Amino acid sequence: MAVLTYRDALNQALREEMARDRNVFLMGEEVGVYQGAYKVSRGLLEEFGPMRVVDTPITELGFAGVGVGAAMAGLRPVIEFMTWNFALLALDQVVNSAAKMLYMSGGQVPIPIVFRGPGGAALMLAAQHSQSFEAWYAHVPGLKVVTPATPADAKGLLKSAIRDDNPVIFIEGEMLYNQKGEVPDGEHIVPLGVADVKREGSDVTLVAHAKMVAVALRAAEELATEGISAEVVDPRTLRPLDVATITGSVQKTNRCVVVEEGWPFAGIGAQIVDEIQRAAFDDLDAPVLRVTGADVPMPYNRQLEKLAKPDAARVVRAAKQVLYLV
Amino acid sequence: MEALSPTMEEGRLVAWKKREGEPVKAGETLAEVETDKAVMELVARSDGVLRRIVLGEGTTVPVGALVAVVGSADEDISDLQGVPTAPPQPPQGVGGRVSAGGAPAKPGPSAAASAPAAPVAAPTVSLHPTPAHPTPSSARVRSSPLARRLASERGLDLSRVAGTGPQGRVVKRDVEAAATAAPAPGAAAPSLAAPAAGSRDVPLTTMRKTIARRLAQSLGPVPHFFLTTEIEMERCWDAREHLAALGDAYRVSYNDLVIKAVALALRRHPEVNAAFLDDRVRYYGDVHVGMAVAVEDGLITPVIRFADRKGLLEIAAEAKSLAERARARKLQPEEYSGATFSVSNLGMFDIDEFTAVINPPEAGILAVGRIAQRPVVDGGALAVRRTMRVTMSCDHRVVDGATGAKFLQTLKLMLENPLAMLL
Repeated sequence: MAVLTYRDALNQALREEMARDRNVFLMGEEVGVYQGAYKVSRGLLEEFGPMRVVDTPITELGFAGVGVGAAMAGLRPVIEFMTWNFALLALDQVVNSAAKMLYMSGGQVPIPIVFRGPGGAALMLAAQHSQSFEAWYAHVPGLKVVTPATPADAKGLLKSAIRDDNPVIFIEGEMLYNQKGEVPDGEHIVPLGVADVKREGSDVTLVAHAKMVAVALRAAEELATEGISAEVVDPRTLRPLDVATITGSVQKTNRCVVVEEGWPFAGIGAQIVDEIQRAAFDDLDAPVLRVTGADVPMPYNRQLEKLAKPDAARVVRAAKQVLYLV
Repeated sequence: MEALSPTMEEGRLVAWKKREGEPVKAGETLAEVETDKAVMELVARSDGVLRRIVLGEGTTVPVGALVAVVGSADEDISDLQGVPTAPPQPPQGVGGRVSAGGAPAKPGPSAAASAPAAPVAAPTVSLHPTPAHPTPSSARVRSSPLARRLASERGLDLSRVAGTGPQGRVVKRDVEAAATAAPAPGAAAPSLAAPAAGSRDVPLTTMRKTIARRLAQSLGPVPHFFLTTEIEMERCWDAREHLAALGDAYRVSYNDLVIKAVALALRRHPEVNAAFLDDRVRYYGDVHVGMAVAVEDGLITPVIRFADRKGLLEIAAEAKSLAERARARKLQPEEYSGATFSVSNLGMFDIDEFTAVINPPEAGILAVGRIAQRPVVDGGALAVRRTMRVTMSCDHRVVDGATGAKFLQTLKLMLENPLAMLL
């Protein structure tokens, strides 16, 4: 197995899918000549040419709409947003066009499009550039939402997303691009809608996606030093959500903490807790707790920013709370 | 009032061992308290001076009630002086519940004698009045969904389980602790039904309450079936007579012989030495035989551990000592818990045969009748022989008819040929 960065795993997925299907093309700001703001599209312009790796003006609503149109015409666009903060401008195309076209055409016009780019906070990028929007998109029927946490998942899930006939919101992480990990050689596909148990345990389930997987794993390490066995479940795809794997884990451990980087109100964790309380009510020994980002615009101040993000210590404390140890 | 046994709800103060003003050390006995099972010692949980005795001897209060104040000699306890103790004898069916310990009040500076040693002993300095409920189990008990499910699967009454979660919430660990705690006496009690007319109502003693609850947990949820066989006891009779002729040191009872034979038969039929545990059956590696002992107004089932590995004399001595201490209500919890199978003998009451109620989670109990000379047919001719009838109650979830029957065959073989117990 090769060790790749998350960035290079995404690059491989794009390259392999563009080579496999000539209808796949990449479009966005700085994806061609500059090879991507985060170098995810490195070498693609050279390999596939300007018809398939298309630089756009700074017009998110515009090129998102062009992408939807191309998908209607039978192509399989991959639209890169430099970050999901900028994609707010494209929301109308994503929500009102991409997500609804199949429905409003009576099933005649599928939109096989991927919108991808980094989401969540990086470091000291302040309120307008440090936001997690997965809950927004997961709210919309007609969209799939994918949040890979590791290089292997990034590659396998992006390939599945490109091959999917529905619009897929593919949220990466600026802080994840340099992360290294083993990626299986050859054709590596991770199906959408299948969660992954990142660490097995028996006392408490920690559900986390994207960057929070690493936080949950650190928390699990810490808990292990105190003899507490935590299981870390990464849904990987938030919509459709693999409820069975999550609730199966909770049925085993009887306790659960859901971790997410985004805001608490109506967050992804709220949906997951709802699923758990229905599917595993009689298996719960404690209310499910959530660890989320603070309910504020992200502070620019470095110390305040740190306090506003979930960290392992908070996850450890929540885990002990549901175990009635604090 | 500290909970001195897992099922204790109220305690009667038998005698104070310290006087007001006397210094006490943590671990020293403050008083003797009668629980539902035995007379236990209430010990100090911290060093200090026994500043005030709140509860008079002979008084019964629910768990959690203030019984005394231990503090430093010069500590101001005036704010505790006015604290009322519990009503001496709560009306029947009232109080005594776990929740009657009240919301955990803020513990005083050095707390009362009922300091939170065990989680069930709520760290109270005051007893919050609780509304009367017609039946204890109708009150709301805070509990996790999982705890409720586990309790219902194990036939536990949640209101009897002390909760250690927030606001006394009963959580998984509490149910598990309660389920593995001392199984109370419950085996082989005669019917508790009373005639309806011309009767009088006597408030239940704590032991009687425990027996009632445990029996209801058995015959209801546990599917019983019964196997009866008649065992010829001539050779046992001879053996016992011969042993007795050797002197008092060799004297054993028929019950000792039965316990020994049961233990050996259990070793040979491990499928009977088992327990039904919700999602699995546990086959015990050791053989611990419980023996039901009648005591004043009740019964208790002390346990002869590793009975299959003990000699008859050892069993005899142990059984005698356990029975004596059971009648004196001096048994420790570990002495009446953990049986893997039980024996109940009513032979001394001239009972020919009867059926006994299983003591969960055990999978069986043997009801032993009297040994009597009875007419039997031997080789086509009538003869008179000493025989004994035994009836085994089996938990059908664990033991099937043929399984139980094979166990009884082995038991019969042992008792009809006591020499076989040497093998």
